[in-house]
Amino acid sequence: MASKNSNVPAIMRQGKFTPWFYLLPALIVMGTFIVYPGINTFLLSFRNNGNTGWASTSCVAGQSCWGFLENFHYALTSQIMQTAFLNNLKWILLMVSGTVILGLLIAVLADRVKYEPIAKSIIFLPMAISFVGAGVIWKFMYNFGTGDVQIGLLNALIVSLGGKPVSFLTVPQLNTVALIIVGVWMWTGFCMTILAAALKSVSTEILEAARVDGASEWMVFYKIMVPQIMPTITVVVTTMVINVLKIFDIVYVMTGGNYGTDVIANRMYKEMYSMFNTGRAAAIAIVLILVIVPAMIFNIRRFRMQESER
Amino acid sequence: MNRKNLRRWFKGLPTHIILIVICTIWLIPTLGLLVTSFRPFQNINESGWWQVLAPPKGAAEYKTYCAECHGANGKKLVNGDLTDPNLIQNYNRSFALIAMLQKNINNQPHMGTVPIPNQNDAASIATYLRRLSGIDAPPRFTLNNYIDAMVGYRGSGTYRDACAAGTEPVDLSCTLSDMGNPRGMGRAFINSLIVSIPATVLPILFAAFAAYAFSWMDFKGRQWMFALLVGLQVVPLQMTLIPISRLYAQLGLNGTFLGIWLFHTGFGLPYAIYLMRNFLGSLPREIFESAYLDGASAWTAFYRLAIPLSVPAIASLAIFQFLWIWNDLLVALVFLGGQHPVLTYQIGNMVTSLGSGWQLLTAAAFISMALPMIVFFGLQRFFVSGLLAGSVKG
Repeated sequence: MASKNSNVPAIMRQGKFTPWFYLLPALIVMGTFIVYPGINTFLLSFRNNGNTGWASTSCVAGQSCWGFLENFHYALTSQIMQTAFLNNLKWILLMVSGTVILGLLIAVLADRVKYEPIAKSIIFLPMAISFVGAGVIWKFMYNFGTGDVQIGLLNALIVSLGGKPVSFLTVPQLNTVALIIVGVWMWTGFCMTILAAALKSVSTEILEAARVDGASEWMVFYKIMVPQIMPTITVVVTTMVINVLKIFDIVYVMTGGNYGTDVIANRMYKEMYSMFNTGRAAAIAIVLILVIVPAMIFNIRRFRMQESER
Repeated sequence: MNRKNLRRWFKGLPTHIILIVICTIWLIPTLGLLVTSFRPFQNINESGWWQVLAPPKGAAEYKTYCAECHGANGKKLVNGDLTDPNLIQNYNRSFALIAMLQKNINNQPHMGTVPIPNQNDAASIATYLRRLSGIDAPPRFTLNNYIDAMVGYRGSGTYRDACAAGTEPVDLSCTLSDMGNPRGMGRAFINSLIVSIPATVLPILFAAFAAYAFSWMDFKGRQWMFALLVGLQVVPLQMTLIPISRLYAQLGLNGTFLGIWLFHTGFGLPYAIYLMRNFLGSLPREIFESAYLDGASAWTAFYRLAIPLSVPAIASLAIFQFLWIWNDLLVALVFLGGQHPVLTYQIGNMVTSLGSGWQLLTAAAFISMALPMIVFFGLQRFFVSGLLAGSVKG
């Protein structure tokens, strides 16, 4: 065995059991807190809401029923869940593109100025703040006063430009966008940092050669930089998609999922802890992980690629 | 500056403008929170935080209607000293003020040729007079919001005033023990620390052992077990909540610190092992070989070599894990709830309950942000490296 793993010195002979002493604490804890609940959630998703029988028992006579998949019937087709899916889709489209494009823009621009570290710190700072803190910060920004005085900056701006104040968090459609802006504000720094690290590795000789040949800055960016850092951009996009699919705190704190802003993760929380529908909540969790699986496979393949390069 | 430099400077100008505008936009929301948290509650709803240095409400109206006779400081007329609280006491509301202004003084109209102010202006002037006479003169900046938030005071005034007047709420005693009030941020801060520190140390400890086995020990199934581990990193948190809270209900672990420590440990482990193993695996094998040649046991090699060498990785990991737990709301909500409220839980509660105003909310939010910000500015290098490596964490 030892000869197969060239990584391990042949001289490191341990007893047969020694490695397991090192592994066991971690394996037990992970087994209890990730593997067991994963399997259990899977099983619960086929049971009714009190886990007293199969999900088919919660079917209502006269309405369409999916048998033991009834919870998935709810998770996939109910009006409430479809709103949540649609909102998650909006989150993915707007937040992923917003964070990646802004992050790339700032990374490219900051690379050319002397105050690069300060600019980057400012953009990165919201990453250190909790979603709850960010929720408070932006609720204040979006504050809507019914009286003459607007203490929310955005509404004060609108009023001073002659407009009517807007209740950002309760107007349907607009409120989801308002929440996504908070997400963009928080996560752009993350994308920027990763992309900036990748940009630094682009060879300056190629860039200089292109500039000497008369390529415009835009051409240099579009034809050389972007293709060179494409693998990193893909990674950032995947990671952001996973993050956005699981988005919970911003919605929970700012609107509680009301006014048509619900997302999958918040819906799951509500089913579980406000309505005590374990079956439905489990089904939603399963749907959530099924959506994440493609990104997860991508991540594992990336890991394999890195391993083969090592 | 010669012409070439000048041209280069102009060419770089759009870059600077775009960058500075973006940075300003990024800073403004946090700045608004910070400024508001230091303003007295009377002022917060009276004017926007960006007007914090502007003249107080009613100053302009006072100047238009009153300053000519009463003087800029209100003391010009001996019989009508506007800084006298006993006088202003009678006219501190707009209707009382207008009624008084309509009366004659010394058989002359009070206002002379100046028109009597309308309802809105009179209200502003009344506010200004209350401020001028010291009846209600909040300072521009105050620390009261932080004190109120720390002790969990939710009344209509401030904790210090209430204590001075002896009208404190029943759950407060106006002694140092108020810092332990379960509704306060002081208690929540301590709870957050109690949750975060063991939940940071435990997974790193377990991960160090496991990662050492994965990188420098030989056992069956090493490869596929590690591949599985990488897969576990992406399991969403939501997936594990329901069975664990059912399990905890049976074991009586719901609402206990032990329960949340264990949960964070389990959930933090895959990533911690992954990072530690990548770091340990990149150490040169010669140092381990020579240690073994010198007769070291596996334990000595781990304890004396691997751990001291991986301090940078441990630091990144610790910061990442600590902030992740400190900022977490969902797990705290599910497993601790109101029994041991942590900072995020407490703020989430304040946001949803309509009772508490912006003065408490902004101060509370800033209390919860203080530690992450110190960590961020003090240990930025480790913070960023930990975050980048942890970008795939579930």
